Amino acid sequence: MSERNVQDFINDLVKGNKVVLFMKGNKFFPACGFSARAVQILSHMGTEFETFDVLSDGEVRQGIKEYASWPTIPQLYINGEFVGGSDIMMEMFENGELKTVLAESAS
Amino acid sequence: MMEPEAIVELIETALPDCRATVVDDAGDKAHFRAEVVSSAFEGISLVKQHQLVYKALGNHMVSDIHALALKTYTPSGWASARETT
Repeated sequence: MSERNVQDFINDLVKGNKVVLFMKGNKFFPACGFSARAVQILSHMGTEFETFDVLSDGEVRQGIKEYASWPTIPQLYINGEFVGGSDIMMEMFENGELKTVLAESAS
Repeated sequence: MMEPEAIVELIETALPDCRATVVDDAGDKAHFRAEVVSSAFEGISLVKQHQLVYKALGNHMVSDIHALALKTYTPSGWASARETT
């Protein structure tokens, strides 16, 4: 895939899913503590979400960092918008913002 | 590999009236935990706050630093966080 196509591929995933998490590993076998925490938070919210395993695709692993100008993984997108990494997810979970954003995405 | 003091220096140089605490949790000089207080965080979203810190670290974020658990505070947010804990 060329650089351009990777960004298109990511954009399709982000825009085509209400809630999508770019992570290392998958829901059942997270391959990193930060990704595991992100999955735990979303699972706890009882929300449906898609995941993409960046370890399965080196170009997406690199491309997603450029897509959101965000250097770390996991990355959460809701309704086509970048929400944050696992630290921000944790803060938004604790202060109730995540629930609000997810409720808005469902309507 | 990177010294926590070097990370503090980069963050504090890049952000106005900033106080940063960086802990090398795993003792491997690659996985860190940071708390950053700066007036630059006033009125901007959490994502933008974290992006400012990442920007300050630049290329180190993709080379020397494998993981950085990050908490950002405005000066007033820091004061109230101290009171509640």
